[in-house]
Amino acid sequence: MKKNIFQISPSFYDVMPAEYRELVENGPFEKKVGVSDLGAFKELSEEHPLCAGCGLALSLRLILASLPNPEDTIIVGSTGCSAIAFPQVAVQNIHSLFGNQNAIASGVKRALTLRFPDKIKDVVVIAGDGATVDIGLDMVMQSWFRQERITTIMLDNEAYANTGGQESGMSQEGAVLHMAPKGKTFPKVSLPELARASGCVYVAAVNPAKPKKLEKAIVRGVLAARELGPTYIQVFTPCPTNYKFKPNETIEKIKMRVKEGTYETTEFISAEAQELFARLEEGKK
Amino acid sequence: MIEQRAVEPAQLFEAKKESQFITGSEAIREAIRRANVEMAISYPITPQSESMHLVGDLFAEGYIKEYFRGENEFAVMSSVAGAAMAGVRVFTATGGPGTLRAFEAFPTWAGARLPIVCAFMTRGVNSPLTIQPDTIEMAYMLDTGIIMLHAETAQDLYDMILRAFIIAEQTEVHIPVGVFTDGFFVTHTRDKVKIAPADMKLPPYDPYSSPVPVMDMENVPFRQMRDPFVMKSNYVSYAAHASWQQEVMAAAERARKYIKQYIGELIETEYPDADILLIGSGTAVSQSREAMAYARSEGFNVGLVKIKSIRPFPAQEIRELVKRAKVVIVPEFNRVGWLAREIKSVAEDTTKIVVGPHVFGGMTMPPGMILDEIRRTSV
Repeated sequence: MKKNIFQISPSFYDVMPAEYRELVENGPFEKKVGVSDLGAFKELSEEHPLCAGCGLALSLRLILASLPNPEDTIIVGSTGCSAIAFPQVAVQNIHSLFGNQNAIASGVKRALTLRFPDKIKDVVVIAGDGATVDIGLDMVMQSWFRQERITTIMLDNEAYANTGGQESGMSQEGAVLHMAPKGKTFPKVSLPELARASGCVYVAAVNPAKPKKLEKAIVRGVLAARELGPTYIQVFTPCPTNYKFKPNETIEKIKMRVKEGTYETTEFISAEAQELFARLEEGKK
Repeated sequence: MIEQRAVEPAQLFEAKKESQFITGSEAIREAIRRANVEMAISYPITPQSESMHLVGDLFAEGYIKEYFRGENEFAVMSSVAGAAMAGVRVFTATGGPGTLRAFEAFPTWAGARLPIVCAFMTRGVNSPLTIQPDTIEMAYMLDTGIIMLHAETAQDLYDMILRAFIIAEQTEVHIPVGVFTDGFFVTHTRDKVKIAPADMKLPPYDPYSSPVPVMDMENVPFRQMRDPFVMKSNYVSYAAHASWQQEVMAAAERARKYIKQYIGELIETEYPDADILLIGSGTAVSQSREAMAYARSEGFNVGLVKIKSIRPFPAQEIRELVKRAKVVIVPEFNRVGWLAREIKSVAEDTTKIVVGPHVFGGMTMPPGMILDEIRRTSV
């Protein structure tokens, strides 16, 4: 996208919403901005309609600020809490159905590769844990098997939060939630391991308590998907509403879980991705 | 691969044609060869598989730029949707249980205003397991919002698929077109099909003719609303969703004139003023035509109506025909008699409509069955 595509006609300037004017004048397009610059540029999301203290909302904000190429990024979402936030996000994004996000993204990526062979078009999937590990798992993994050049990001709040807090495959064993009234009877799915075994060239599990690490993972995930093959990033986004903790404790919850070893932050870099990052990160110095 | 040049649709449709003795599956290949399709996605199911093998051959030869086998029909219909949202002309095919597996995707195709063309080679659905011809899946598809054309022959299949792209891609239509044909009876039998020269193809799809933004980050608006109306419990939210659905229905209505322009009237008739009318779609029309010939030789005053477009439905045309006839017989290859229901829903006097004869589970329909019905209702 060339930025002049969305310049405002002078005669309409005064009637355009303030946030649109801000986006045109001070948005992240064609700029190298990241999470350290938050507050100094107009972000891609305009407010959000999610709960107070939502780990997902914070993570989404950080992910959007981390996108290396927002002017040419298409996001594919799925049903869930994040789907409520996406209408307020200023990159073209798709909501189709619950669970088919990686299948949609496969079609989008291949079509854009046909239409723009000489241009970068990043396709990033951002969906919840239910969409990714339960209802959409076959399509997530099949897109990895096929080596689709897309980035898959899971916002893991360990439950179906938007429907009122039901057990998901990412809930911890023993967690008492709706549809698991006696506690979950099987362990949290290790999707990072499955991603690695399924052909992802880069895999990371990160959280918004460490924004710079999260940013690095997003950038690496997008760049490796662009050049090499599928990538997977899992973001821990605790849910105060359904897990019944105070909205101001979200970050503390993350730190506590990491400390007690029940939410691992990991990074897997394939040899080819290692080579790519060395080249790209060297070039930046 | 033969070097092709893109021509205006009318030029391709009216070009001097060569007759080939081919199967229905091969007729699909010949339509897609000339359709300037950029991407096709496949998944096997009998009796559809062969057609998408042949489309795969077109990819290998260079007529199509992208092709792959998806993981199941729901995923394939989703990937096809993604490709259409990103602005390419795309094709796929399925049938029977595959149609049902993919079902959730079809209303979203219409709702997202995607001009996808999909061929449905109908077959029975479980249980018990069957792979045999049956048109029951069309009953389920009636209210998905997609345009539904029903091909009687391989010639229809070739003509309808090629023209479906042009109908679907009109800005004021821009919804999917399903071209249905009866599995095995059409897909696996040979027939003479008149085909345009292979050095011609349709003009390319212009993604920016879409009435909704293309998902390519090359066009505005990509800034969405501060207070999104979807998924909220307020009147604006309900009204937005309701009016969107009405607009999809209106788009199908606006397709009528393009169907007429490119495919002809929504119905074809033989002896429309007869006392007894046989009304059908798909291969039920072929069997009815045979029955009509026998009946007329026995002195019965019998006519035939072939319905080519199921959605939009030729309501006005059927209402007028039923009004004039004394008896209307609706032969169908399914258990539920969905076409008879459709006809009854537009007829003023439904008592003259005979629901049947029906065959299902893969049976053929001997013209004698229809003839029996003609004799019985003439007593």
